[in-house]
Amino acid sequence: MPILDIHELMIQRGERTVLTVDRLQVTEGEVLAVIGPNGAGKSTFLLALARLLRPARGSINFRGKPLEALGELEYRRRIALVLQEPLLLDTNVFENVAAGLHYRRLPKSEINRRVGEWLNRLGVAHLRDRRARRLSGGEAQRVSLARAFAIQPEILLLDEPFSALDAPTRLRLLEDFQFLLAETPVTTLFITHDLDEALLLGDRVAVLLGGSLRQVGPPEEVFNAPADEDVAAFVGVETVIPGRVVKSTEGELVVEAGELRLEAVGEAAPGREVLLCLRPEDITIWPKDGSPLSSARNRLGGRVVRTTPQGPLVRVLVDCGFPLVALVTRASARELELHEGRAVTAAFKASAVHVITR
Amino acid sequence: MDLIWKGILQAIALLFQGNPEILDITLLSLKVSGVATGISLLLGLPLGTWLALGRFRGRDFMLSLINTGMALPPVVVGLWVSIFLWRSGPLGDLHLIYTPTAIVIAQTIIAAPVVTGLTVAALQQVNPNLQLQLLGLGASRQQMILALWREARLPLLAALMAGFGSVISEVGASMMVGGNIRYQTRVLTTATVLETGKGEFAMAIALGFILLLLAYLVNLALTWIQQRGARP
Repeated sequence: MPILDIHELMIQRGERTVLTVDRLQVTEGEVLAVIGPNGAGKSTFLLALARLLRPARGSINFRGKPLEALGELEYRRRIALVLQEPLLLDTNVFENVAAGLHYRRLPKSEINRRVGEWLNRLGVAHLRDRRARRLSGGEAQRVSLARAFAIQPEILLLDEPFSALDAPTRLRLLEDFQFLLAETPVTTLFITHDLDEALLLGDRVAVLLGGSLRQVGPPEEVFNAPADEDVAAFVGVETVIPGRVVKSTEGELVVEAGELRLEAVGEAAPGREVLLCLRPEDITIWPKDGSPLSSARNRLGGRVVRTTPQGPLVRVLVDCGFPLVALVTRASARELELHEGRAVTAAFKASAVHVITR
Repeated sequence: MDLIWKGILQAIALLFQGNPEILDITLLSLKVSGVATGISLLLGLPLGTWLALGRFRGRDFMLSLINTGMALPPVVVGLWVSIFLWRSGPLGDLHLIYTPTAIVIAQTIIAAPVVTGLTVAALQQVNPNLQLQLLGLGASRQQMILALWREARLPLLAALMAGFGSVISEVGASMMVGGNIRYQTRVLTTATVLETGKGEFAMAIALGFILLLLAYLVNLALTWIQQRGARP
């Protein structure tokens, strides 16, 4: 039985529908990453799951029972919610972590034991007597997480827990959090707009766009086989080529895209309108006059429109008759002298193409 | 200057001599203003919390009434309480006019809007997401409110100090409903008015000095409690 079973959920604010989820089941112990841009309804979804927002329609079942059958307080004492900013109380770290345990009226010895354990596991035991207002951002977020874990919730709901942190702090906390989840398997739903976090932590990824749930699945499925072009655009599939299938033989497709014929792997009948989706890292480029041998079935001539540095990588926009985005290392960009106007050949394998039927 | 200096010397002498009448006036002032502030807190804290956290029709109107109440002239309060408590008034049978209880009633009406209005302001400056966070950690509504009171304890103590300050120093209401009767309803402010009217400026200054000292000592204690909570 899933720990959470959501049916035809609709949340409204005033007259406006801000969230719809047709069906979502969450397995006990899994980590579900809920991704989407700002305003997609992610926080609304989390508040509805925490029973802090009433749905206009639909049901949420917890362990097979509708939430309405459970007392509101009884349910909220079986989960833990962590909001985006670490909202700590104006007292010391120990009392902050103990807060949820005090609300549940646990014995003092149990409170001391759990607080001690989770302060250690989040690496903030040395801060136990420090006042919360004197903590750094990273320390405060660790205390906030310790406060939630100490409750030993059946479901952990996290709203962008790492977004307010600087990059090095975020990375350290992410690693520790990943380790914690592996050690303490608690059903976790966390919201993020960072795709890397979703890839790193999520057993499954749920994509919320425009207030509706568009796709749920393992990260590799969502990122490499997005359900539609909106999901494709959000998960970083930057090249989307409209075309029409002209030939389909045992899963190998030939697609006409303008004047070009491209090869892809997928299921679609001849004559079907499709979208070909390509991730930037699946595209190889080299100078036009070079012609290395490779198994890539698709080779296109084009011209570099723009290069954009991205840390150790460079995003290269190539005009092949349609815009094609490739991702290469800085070293490659340098060696290949990829600059605006450079004539290049871009290649990608048929198997790298994800086909969306329209 | 001679007058002022005489007043200060007389105040010190009165305090050290333990003049029974002055002691009675001082204790009565503390008692009526203390009780009025206490009742205002019992009324104002829950009402202010309800107004701060609630979302209902008419809330803004109620808030504007409370804020207007913070500026109620004490003499107007005294007038209306007198009318109600007068022998021929609606509550005349209670025989409360010219009693300390009448002063407590009037001072509560003065202090309650101050405590309520400042409680609303104190709670509204707490991060609104904290309510959701506390509920999301399993707090009941009552536990959440207690936590919010704790978070806002510094401005709430300031509300208490403001409430006390508004009544310990008022004279209009005390005079009208208390009558300034010796050993019964004479408080520091009404006694000061009386002595000034008699031309006994030194005594009036002495009483004023004691009033200031009293207000200072009470607020010193509250400030100490407040700032102890503020220390990092």
